[in-house]
Amino acid sequence: PPILSRLNPSRWSCGPPAAEGNVQDEESDTRKINNSFLRDHNYATEADIISTVEFNPSGELLATGDKGGRVVVFQREQETKSEPQRRGEYNVYSTFQSHDPEFDYLKSLEIEEKINKIRWLPQQNAAYFLLSTNDKTVKLWKISERDRRPEGYNLKDEDGRIRDPSTITSLRVPVLQNTDLMVEATARRVFSNAHTYHINSISVNSDLQTYISTDDLRVNLWNLEITDQSFNIVDIKPCNMEDLTEVITAAEFHPQQCNTLAYSSSRGSVRLCDMRKQALCDTHCKFFEEPEDPSTRSFFSEIISSISDIKFSHSGRFLMTRDYLTVKVWDLNMETRPVQTYQVHDYLRGKLCSLYENDCIFDKFECVWNGSDSVIMTGSYNNFFRMFDRNTKKDVTLEASRENSKPRAILKPRKVCVGGKRRKDEVTVDSLDFSKKILHSAWHPQENIIAVAASNNLYIFQDKVT
Amino acid sequence: MQHKSKMAGADGDDSLYPIAVLIDELRNEDVQLRLNSIKKLSTIALALGVERTRTELLPFLTDTIYDEDEVLLALAEQLGNFTMLVGGPEYVHCLLPPLESLATVEETVVRDKAVESLRKISQEHSPVDLEVHFEPLVKRLASGDWFTSRTSACGLFSVCYPRVSSTVKAEIRQHFRTLCSDDTPMVRRAAASKLGEFAKVLELDYVKSDIISLFTALASDEQDSVRLLAVEACVSIATLLPQEDLETLVMPTLRQAAEDKSWRVRYMVADKFSELQKAVGPEITKNDLVPAFQNLLKDCEAEVRAAAANKVKEFCENLPEDSRETIIMTHILPCVKELVSDTNQHVKSALASVIMGLSTILGKDNTVEHLLPLFLAQLKDECPEVRLNIISNLDCVNEVIGIRQLSQSLLPAIVELAEDAKWRVRLAIIEYMPLLAGQLGVEFFDEKLNTLCMAWLIDHVYAIREAATCNLMKLVEKFGAEWAQNTIVPKVLGMANDPNYLHRMTTLFCINALSEVCGQDITTKQMLPVVLKMSNDQVANVRFNVAKSLQKIGPVLDSNALQTEVKPVLEKLDTDTDMDVKYFAQEAISGKYTTLSIFFLYEVASLGPLHLVILIHFSP
Repeated sequence: PPILSRLNPSRWSCGPPAAEGNVQDEESDTRKINNSFLRDHNYATEADIISTVEFNPSGELLATGDKGGRVVVFQREQETKSEPQRRGEYNVYSTFQSHDPEFDYLKSLEIEEKINKIRWLPQQNAAYFLLSTNDKTVKLWKISERDRRPEGYNLKDEDGRIRDPSTITSLRVPVLQNTDLMVEATARRVFSNAHTYHINSISVNSDLQTYISTDDLRVNLWNLEITDQSFNIVDIKPCNMEDLTEVITAAEFHPQQCNTLAYSSSRGSVRLCDMRKQALCDTHCKFFEEPEDPSTRSFFSEIISSISDIKFSHSGRFLMTRDYLTVKVWDLNMETRPVQTYQVHDYLRGKLCSLYENDCIFDKFECVWNGSDSVIMTGSYNNFFRMFDRNTKKDVTLEASRENSKPRAILKPRKVCVGGKRRKDEVTVDSLDFSKKILHSAWHPQENIIAVAASNNLYIFQDKVT
Repeated sequence: MQHKSKMAGADGDDSLYPIAVLIDELRNEDVQLRLNSIKKLSTIALALGVERTRTELLPFLTDTIYDEDEVLLALAEQLGNFTMLVGGPEYVHCLLPPLESLATVEETVVRDKAVESLRKISQEHSPVDLEVHFEPLVKRLASGDWFTSRTSACGLFSVCYPRVSSTVKAEIRQHFRTLCSDDTPMVRRAAASKLGEFAKVLELDYVKSDIISLFTALASDEQDSVRLLAVEACVSIATLLPQEDLETLVMPTLRQAAEDKSWRVRYMVADKFSELQKAVGPEITKNDLVPAFQNLLKDCEAEVRAAAANKVKEFCENLPEDSRETIIMTHILPCVKELVSDTNQHVKSALASVIMGLSTILGKDNTVEHLLPLFLAQLKDECPEVRLNIISNLDCVNEVIGIRQLSQSLLPAIVELAEDAKWRVRLAIIEYMPLLAGQLGVEFFDEKLNTLCMAWLIDHVYAIREAATCNLMKLVEKFGAEWAQNTIVPKVLGMANDPNYLHRMTTLFCINALSEVCGQDITTKQMLPVVLKMSNDQVANVRFNVAKSLQKIGPVLDSNALQTEVKPVLEKLDTDTDMDVKYFAQEAISGKYTTLSIFFLYEVASLGPLHLVILIHFSP
């Protein structure tokens, strides 16, 4: 696995202990970017907790969403001759309030502003576009730059004083002048009122014309340009809700085949649908499920087999699923069992009872592929995250923490000791902090740069620069 | 339009002020004001004169692409009509830069409008200007970095191609080829949708050599959304080619599309079937399209079956006359029979909306023997929409076999719809009553349907009672005043003594609707006494509706009745204790009352009569 060095702490929400951090903060101020959204540096509130992380298709931008409904977009620094190592640093590019808390008066329900998912659209012109969603509403945002401003009025002076109309003897056409760079985010479309349950996924189709939004029981298909209609293509709601045995936990379009989509369920299975066959995809064309091992069956079997995330590989050949204890890689051509199964934190198998009591067992960990599909990454507790190299079969546990990772220092692999004697540098299972968890992470689409969200902190690590 | 360039005046010209405001508001914070200014762009340009419009206004507008969509849309539209304002065709190329930047924005409607304007002004370019200014712009767009500009380019090739030299023509063809195999599906979609249009301006040899290969490639694109657009292009291309080339150049692709794996592509084929049929001609239709159509009617996806079902009549109509009947009877009708009992109600209802049309094509005997059982089956369908679609198209059958053949089944179907639990279904059938009455004749109507029409008057849903009232008026228009006097009026007037005040009001509403068609005699002698008597009703709602009715039927009455009978009653109502009754009485007396809408009239039977809750007055 690549040994990642911590190049840039990119702390945009927590206090700056390191000198480098201070320097960087000042620099981002000089960029004239509106960072009034950046929070008080000394404490984190619930609203600051990062709820999703996503690179754009070129990797030049990185977006995070948080529980407070905000989206922060980071831009990668361009390489300069004087500071070549700064290539790889991400700085705040734009921050905006994507969603606000709402109240559904008909159902007497509060709708949280928390951003559940962000998906970037491929770039179509000088501006960037992303979809962000909370539980109910998907929004299409445009992030654009403006560096020219019109100047010159007829009815007022340069200093804003109104001119006497009788003194107007000629007409002035405004002229555009260069100004400081401004980055603006505007909501271009709002896709609402299509979900009765909570949206857990959004995914853009390779036709770049449509996308799906998925809630617990349904998948809806939208045209990116049309907000007043969507088509329900999957509906697993039984006539009687008491017959409900599973819910949809995630869904994604195939990266190349516009007609293929996959969705996972709380019972640990994945269904692949072919949208060419029928307008309604209630019947799947492939069903991926591993038969349960009767010897390990317990009260928790069903809960821990629930799939929290699915991701197609960039090649489109494989599908990765994450359940509570493992990551599995499936070949789309083999439905009976995964081609690879990786244990993320098998040492928790004995602690399921207490994890059930503190609700941790319901945590939804995400998983990501690297650009070449050779390495996969997913999170764990104690701010640990895991990487598995599919070719060498090696794996590593790393930690995202301010104390243990200094800028540009190499991250030390961590180890959890399972029984027996604890060696130096090892952590015992009992000392793991279950309130610190890495649920959301992202991998740069081409390079070895990863973004890891730990509570209200975002860590960006890069493969060692030579 | 006055076309006089007016340059800035010398000393505090008053006429400059409004223009100065318009220019400043081009960048007002309020979108509405900006939009307003953009819409008056021609006024600004006129005031600035052609020179300053070219050198100052257009450069400014070229960079104003950050605005809201609606402003950009208006701008794109304005610029299409700007030729005279920049100095005529000689200078029309000055409009290209702002339109070029609008053609690259991400909003499709704006881009499309910019392309539309570019197409428009391309006609105003001289052949030389077209090559010097316009064609380079098309090339720039076609090779732009972003797909937005490349999609826009697709719509511009066809307007310049016919007017440029053969070298440039070759370049344009090359650009179009490149865009047809663009990396992004958006550009391929744009190219596919313009393929037919481009083919039309190409020389036939190039259609055969270039267009066909592009068409074949797009029709087998990996993206469903591209393939389905190729179906549309197929229609134009087939029209352009001589019959003998169709088989080798177009048909393989069309056959493939009709059997595409994706239902959306097959849907497109079904949807465009009539156009395709006309484009390929009778021989290919007989040999190829008939089996293809059969397959579409039996498709596994309901959307496709519904689209094909919609085309059944048109397809049959356009079959070559010599073999039409044979083809329908042996190939199409068996499929249609299956569709009558389809599992999907949309399919059945699509079929029901066209199936009656087959009777004119097949003639009396076939209709009675083969179609009638299908109509009857659909009249008994469980889905009300299917039944309604049959009933609403009865006229076609009426011409061929007369409606009597159907009446046995028709009546139960109508009665069932008339009593459907969904009021919208009841409403729909009421709307067909006048049509049915015309077709069935007065005798049948009196015998079977009159009772229904009267029953609707006391429906518990207001919308139904209202529609029933309107229906009566239309029936009287058809059957005449005498019929009304004998059958309808007595029943309507009888309701004036109903214990339910809502029914008593229905009498008044009916009188409002019927007075004019029934004429002065019936109105004065039969209706007026009832209305006047109702002015003593104990419910205020009835009393003020009496005032309203009196005003409504006033014009039909003679002046004697107005003076001696109506006026005293209105005057009495004017002294009513109820405020609303007084108000309407006064309105009626003064005759000022013109329009008044009652938005909410709460009818809660258990609470007894309620008064008007909200009144919205529109002053005359």
